[in-house]
Amino acid sequence: MSFKLITLVVIVLGILAIAQLVRVYELSSKLRNRREEDISNRDNKMNGNLMMLFSIIQYIGFIWLMLKYGWTGRGEAASVHGLETDWLLNLNFVIILIAFFATNSLLFYFSFKYVRKPGVKAYYFTHDNKLELIWTVIPAIVLAIIIILGLKTWNNITGESGKESIKIELFSKQFDWTARYSGEDNKLGYSDYKLTTQENELGLITTATLDSAIRLMEIGKLDGTVLGIQLLEEKLNNPKNIFVPEELVKMENDLDRKTRLLRLLVQMQKRHNKKMDARAFDDIIQKDTLHLCVNKEYEMSFRAKDVIHSAYFPHFRAQMNAVPGLVTRLKVIPNMTTQEMRIKKKNPKFNYVLMCNKICGGAHYKMKMIVVVDTPAQYKAWMKTKTNFKDVFLAKPVVTPATPVDGAVVADTSMMAVK
Amino acid sequence: MGALAHEAHGHHGAHDHHEHHDEGFVSKYIFSMDHKMISKQYLMTAVFMGLVAMLLSILFRIQLAWPGESSDFLTLFLGETWAPGGVLKENMYLGLVTIHGTIMVFFLLTGGLSGTFSNLLIPFQIGARDMASGFLNMLSYWMFFLSSTIMMISLFIETGPAMAGWTIYPPLSALPQAIEGSGLGMTLWLTSMSIFIASSLLGSLNYIVTVLNLRTKGMKMTRLPLTIWAFFVTAILGVLSFPVLLSAALLLLMDRSAGTSFYLSDIIVGGEMLENHGGSPLLYQHLFWFLGHPEVYIVLLPALGLSSEIIATNSRKPIFGYRAMIGSILAIGFLSFIVWGHHMFITGMNPFIGSVFVFTTLLIAIPSAVKVFNYLTTLWRGSLILTPAMLFAIGLVSTFISGGVTGIILADSALDIAVHDTYFVVAHFHVVMGMSAVFGMFAGVYHWFPKMYGKMLNTRLGYAHFWVTLIGAYGVFFPMHFVGLAGAPRRYYDYSVYGEFDTNSYEMIMDLNVVITVFAIIAAIGQGFFLFNFFYSIARGPKTVMNPWRSTTLEWTTPVEHIHGNWPGALPEVHRWPYDYSKPGQEEDFVSQIVPLAEGEEEAH
Repeated sequence: MSFKLITLVVIVLGILAIAQLVRVYELSSKLRNRREEDISNRDNKMNGNLMMLFSIIQYIGFIWLMLKYGWTGRGEAASVHGLETDWLLNLNFVIILIAFFATNSLLFYFSFKYVRKPGVKAYYFTHDNKLELIWTVIPAIVLAIIIILGLKTWNNITGESGKESIKIELFSKQFDWTARYSGEDNKLGYSDYKLTTQENELGLITTATLDSAIRLMEIGKLDGTVLGIQLLEEKLNNPKNIFVPEELVKMENDLDRKTRLLRLLVQMQKRHNKKMDARAFDDIIQKDTLHLCVNKEYEMSFRAKDVIHSAYFPHFRAQMNAVPGLVTRLKVIPNMTTQEMRIKKKNPKFNYVLMCNKICGGAHYKMKMIVVVDTPAQYKAWMKTKTNFKDVFLAKPVVTPATPVDGAVVADTSMMAVK
Repeated sequence: MGALAHEAHGHHGAHDHHEHHDEGFVSKYIFSMDHKMISKQYLMTAVFMGLVAMLLSILFRIQLAWPGESSDFLTLFLGETWAPGGVLKENMYLGLVTIHGTIMVFFLLTGGLSGTFSNLLIPFQIGARDMASGFLNMLSYWMFFLSSTIMMISLFIETGPAMAGWTIYPPLSALPQAIEGSGLGMTLWLTSMSIFIASSLLGSLNYIVTVLNLRTKGMKMTRLPLTIWAFFVTAILGVLSFPVLLSAALLLLMDRSAGTSFYLSDIIVGGEMLENHGGSPLLYQHLFWFLGHPEVYIVLLPALGLSSEIIATNSRKPIFGYRAMIGSILAIGFLSFIVWGHHMFITGMNPFIGSVFVFTTLLIAIPSAVKVFNYLTTLWRGSLILTPAMLFAIGLVSTFISGGVTGIILADSALDIAVHDTYFVVAHFHVVMGMSAVFGMFAGVYHWFPKMYGKMLNTRLGYAHFWVTLIGAYGVFFPMHFVGLAGAPRRYYDYSVYGEFDTNSYEMIMDLNVVITVFAIIAAIGQGFFLFNFFYSIARGPKTVMNPWRSTTLEWTTPVEHIHGNWPGALPEVHRWPYDYSKPGQEEDFVSQIVPLAEGEEEAH
């Protein structure tokens, strides 16, 4: 309350003070018979000098910032492409800083130098084809160099990765990342969002996950945490339950939607080839940290569960959006282990990181995953401690019964058609 | 005045509406069809919206500089709902950022800037009695007002305003389950923007028709002041690109309420598995940026046009390379349509298409460079009169350079990867688009205030305003580049996450964030000089004369008192280009466009 009062008092006093000053100024102008549109030589000169002063202070501030924080506050790049990017970034910075200093200096210098002086008339100068040609052609040449070098690097960065590259998937959702390693076959198993269950968060396609997803859709969880078609119907048909109309509509819509999704799942199951199970079963799912092996090429693919996220590795100078309904990719070759970078940065706690860099909801700013770049030996040792998807999935207790409770609902498309 | 009007009546029977002096309050001040009044209405609305957007930015800057600390200032404006205990809520942070961006880009710099000065200057500078359609013009303003109102209302609803960033990328903007602002807040945002687009289209069509059809005798296209060229090309850009945003918004509305899947595919949100399949969020981004990039020039070109005029007048020199300036405006206008993909280098768009956009984007640097060099040469050996308007125009050239050069980094896809969506981008577009356009707008207000209100602004307050704004704005955005180069992502509520992996960067980001916020607060307080000056001078400023800046263009040949039809007598006839300043052999250092060429005098262009 007191804050509001003080603010109000300060504002009112401020306005009054300015009003009084203006009043004094106006009276004095009137006395000297001065009009607002006539800018006195003194004012002109003062502003011209201020222009020069400003440009000097601006340059000092800018150079100080540059010396203190450097061109890349992230430090040295830690990937092969990152080094190339940084080299190009430095070159571009040299070019734009020359342009920046040259033109800004001229601007402020002219504003200072050519301030109106008594008896000096402006020079009538309308155009000059030669001059204009010069400053069209020079930027064009410089830009051509920038474009050519830029596209060369761009093609290197976005080109296909080598056959030996290790496949990894990064799966994003509000508000965390999950990594999936492709396992011994170096092939990522197929996935479909409709198979997503608590036990199969990435929706991997195997015979077992299909079965379990279909059962969940048909029945739900008996503890009532997930309502499948059967549980929903039971709830709706139970004469003891009374629903408000909105809730009823919502449940009915839910039932229809689940029925349609179930049909798609059953179709998928019919087409499923059991031989593909192995491809997904040997994948390794990793939640908290992403381990990479130094000097190995990684082919990363990205998926999103809910909204767009962006996988941003600031130290590798790598970034790619993860888009729902789309698989995106990038390749990266980390060339410095975490340990080496810690020594270089003289910060024993430093870590590489994967951040989300596309607005994705309230906790967007917390969505990150620590990245560790290991030596080959460390990486191998770490990988040995991991369990593959098959063992993790099949080890989990079955939460829905294998056969329907009352036999009323059967996984049968003809049944669905009747509904 | 009465005698003049009589004379006019004699000369020009068709314009007997000069006589309607006893208009009602409503038709004169509210539902006015007069371009001068509509221009003032736009300006007032824009000043208000600009203030709101600036306040929003201060609110979230406080959070960024002192995260988690209780602030009475936040409680004062946001209350316990959005700032419990004086600490901003995460979702509201995103809401503030979103509405700040939306208002600044669309309401202040598109509606406000174009609306004010196109309306004021097009009829005045081409020698027309009014816009081609006064009614459409009025409709355009009132739709703008309605959309502003709806946008303001969205700040006060229970679930908060739109929170998906000013670009409102789906699926985030399509799914209320993903963030609360994507409920009613987003519906209001989309409604408001749809009305805004309709308003902008009506306005732009009117500007185009007026410039093409209502030029007075002798006003060839190559005798138009650069302001008019800028407004003209801006209007064309608006007509061609805003409808695409409308279609993007309509498709989004359908995805939200009619169950379509234009932008949605394979989504599980809030534990619910959606059926939508086959849509693409990238489609939205293409549609959005097809407007979004021309939009940058819709914002920038009018500011450049205004500054061309102001710099020529106050250098007492012709603008250098008039034809090259027109060529640059046209080239920028054309190129702006084929560069939108540079916002999408890392969205999963095909990298080859990306490289085409690199090429076209960097091409824009050429006409932009030409413009800068032409400004510099105009200043060279001039006789500069540093009015507040002139200072802001010079400030604009400075920010256009400083912000333009960083664009070269961002246009280069290989480099963009490293800084995309970081504060480097935020700093870049605030300098090149925000500061430049705002400086252009201020320059315009200081320069044409006598024409709008018949009064003079206080010059000293204008100086104070300029210096505080220039220092404040550079103080905000120079350090921001370095925050971005440190890799700090934009739209982060706080940077505490850095504490977990890189304490050095964390310290740097936090230090600079405090510096930035302090400068932002200084710059915001500095706007007090302008506000006071503006309203005080409207009420009590000294009366102006007909041509206070000794300028050549037609608006300064009209009487100080506003009249219907602008000129009391016949429309003026134009005999020369608009930049005859300090022409050798002339008595005065300016020759108005209505003065016929003397015998043997050559017309410059």
